[in-house]
Amino acid sequence: MSSHTSGPSPDRSSPAEYAAARRAELAREPLRQAGAARGLASGPIAALRDIWAHRELLGLLVRRELKSRYKDSVLGFVWSVIRPLVMLLVYYVALGRFLGAARGIDDFAIFIYAGLTVWTLFNEIVTAGTGSIVNNSGLIKKVYLPREIFPIATVGSALFNFGIQVVILLGATAVAGKFPWGGELAYFPVALAVALVWATAFALALSAWNVYLRDVGYLVEVFLMIFFWASPIVYSWSYVNKELGASFLGELYLANPMTLSVLGFQQSFWVAGSGSAVPDHLMTRLLIALAIGLVALWAGQRVFARLQASFAQEL
Amino acid sequence: MADLTLIEIENVSKRFVIRKEKSLKERLVNFGRSERHKEDFWALRDINLSIASGTTVGLIGHNGSGKSTLLKVIGGILQPTTGEVRYRGRIAALLELGAGFHPDLTGRENVYLNASILGLSRAQTDAAFDKIVDFSGIEEFIDTQVKFYSSGMYVRLAFAVATNVDPDILLVDEVLAVGDEPFQRKCLDQIRAFQREGRTIILVTHGLEQVAEFCDRAVVLDHGRMLLNGSPRDALRVLREDFEESRLADLERQRLAGAEETPQARARFTGFAVSNGGPAAGVTTISDGDELAVLFELEAEDAVPAADIEIGIGTATGASIYAVTTDQLGHQLDLAPGTYRYTLRLGDLHLAAGEYVIQATLRDALGRDLHRVPEGASFRATSPSIGSGVLALDASLDLR
Repeated sequence: MSSHTSGPSPDRSSPAEYAAARRAELAREPLRQAGAARGLASGPIAALRDIWAHRELLGLLVRRELKSRYKDSVLGFVWSVIRPLVMLLVYYVALGRFLGAARGIDDFAIFIYAGLTVWTLFNEIVTAGTGSIVNNSGLIKKVYLPREIFPIATVGSALFNFGIQVVILLGATAVAGKFPWGGELAYFPVALAVALVWATAFALALSAWNVYLRDVGYLVEVFLMIFFWASPIVYSWSYVNKELGASFLGELYLANPMTLSVLGFQQSFWVAGSGSAVPDHLMTRLLIALAIGLVALWAGQRVFARLQASFAQEL
Repeated sequence: MADLTLIEIENVSKRFVIRKEKSLKERLVNFGRSERHKEDFWALRDINLSIASGTTVGLIGHNGSGKSTLLKVIGGILQPTTGEVRYRGRIAALLELGAGFHPDLTGRENVYLNASILGLSRAQTDAAFDKIVDFSGIEEFIDTQVKFYSSGMYVRLAFAVATNVDPDILLVDEVLAVGDEPFQRKCLDQIRAFQREGRTIILVTHGLEQVAEFCDRAVVLDHGRMLLNGSPRDALRVLREDFEESRLADLERQRLAGAEETPQARARFTGFAVSNGGPAAGVTTISDGDELAVLFELEAEDAVPAADIEIGIGTATGASIYAVTTDQLGHQLDLAPGTYRYTLRLGDLHLAAGEYVIQATLRDALGRDLHRVPEGASFRATSPSIGSGVLALDASLDLR
């Protein structure tokens, strides 16, 4: 759409000349198909190109998402910091101290916060992403734009909050005197990529399903709760390993991409635990999860593209 | 200059599926039988249409005939079930009550968001912003969240954005009805300016006068099918006849259902002819100052006591300019079953040159319309008079 941006100025020429100039310019443009492109391979590529063409809009939507979330609240952005900090406090006190989970884990607070940071990112993208199409029905029913842009905008706003968390996390490690300098940090980008790719894949497919079946939003909450406890965020993987070992269940536990991502984060930021047990070939597992995640992302986009054809009439 | 096709609609059909269940429970309970809980209908059927650059096209039809659906398909908001729509240039759409605004954002933020959706860069929006706010006339409220806007303010801002982002194609769906009179006039002026600048406009409207006034072409839709794609004049005639037919069909149904206490008598016009007062009937050109004689025939199946017949002259697009009833002429007509022929004479006619139609209505004693003919016959008036309008007047200018 941005291909012709500077038309002839209507002020300088007469309407007839202007009309002719306009026409000539339009004649050079090819006919384009209205709406989204269809096709197995060309679809995702066209969608990517479409989103790239709308990147300025994407920026606006991310900003809007952030702005409207804390609109009319006095503390505003402070809330996005308060929530995870309170969660940290609750888990630290209830689980760490009262239940005694902290006894076997050094720097328990940093351990939890490393896992919580990446989990919050995943959680936020999936939850907000699922509702993104329904919440933007006002726009979707009135104008055409690549609709993938709405779930992706929630990825953007979640990343912003994630950035704040990482800064807090790094601050905490510095205060504890265990700033992660080492090569362990290599896990960070890979683990982040795994969380992002999977979360985006889920957000795309679920946001489209949610249009047809509003129960999806509630289902997602339930499943996120299950997966929160199915990932080694507030307890150590070594406990799981002790219980399940290398059995089928143990492997199944490790097949959860968020388990791997959380482990990757703990490896990166939880310096005190560098000696603790870690699954074999964590890096390889992460890379495999990433590769499968990319396939899931492609599948998510396909689902989205199939379902989006009748968004406007279902909303 | 050959016509440049701006929008091409090819074999477009759109099917809507109406599901009666929305929750998971209902789906699971009815799983396998879900076909029965689905109802589908075709909102559009095999539409083929190509719209040339610089034309203004009116989409008209009954409620539910598929006008708005077609507009949304053109705008890419709905995807057609079959077929394809291709276009070039930038499309701005004003669909039912404004463009896509986010209720939680202020007017200013929404302007930027909307302009960005329509493909403007931030710098371009900055440049156009003052013009947009100025046109909308709601400067005071531009930093208020749009959820607090009245529907009029909403439409003002939406129209201002859509028309100031330099679109090549403007889709308008029945939005002009909301604004107040001065704003409506402003909008219509803007549409005229767009026409002069060679932009393409597609208009969905129930205001048939607007179609006659603005459109180069009109498309009549009926139950998703394209009934006609032609001049506004033909389109309006087809649509009005269609309206009358469905009205009569409605009456017939009521009659069969016995809904009315005093059923309407069956009587209808069966023929019209126009002459210039001379002996030859079927003359269709009336000169300035001639007499216009309207011959009409009607057939009554039932008796119609105290019938009243109204005969009038309308413009080619159907606006009534004169009408007179038999009551007013001092005749009481008690029609027994049978066929009647009458002649109405209108002497010393001074109409501006152009085409006119004869309109007729037959009413019973209760004032109910038994039959209405929007265009019984047509004739051409010739006149030496200059000026525009429907009257032929002797105009002169005194320069003192």
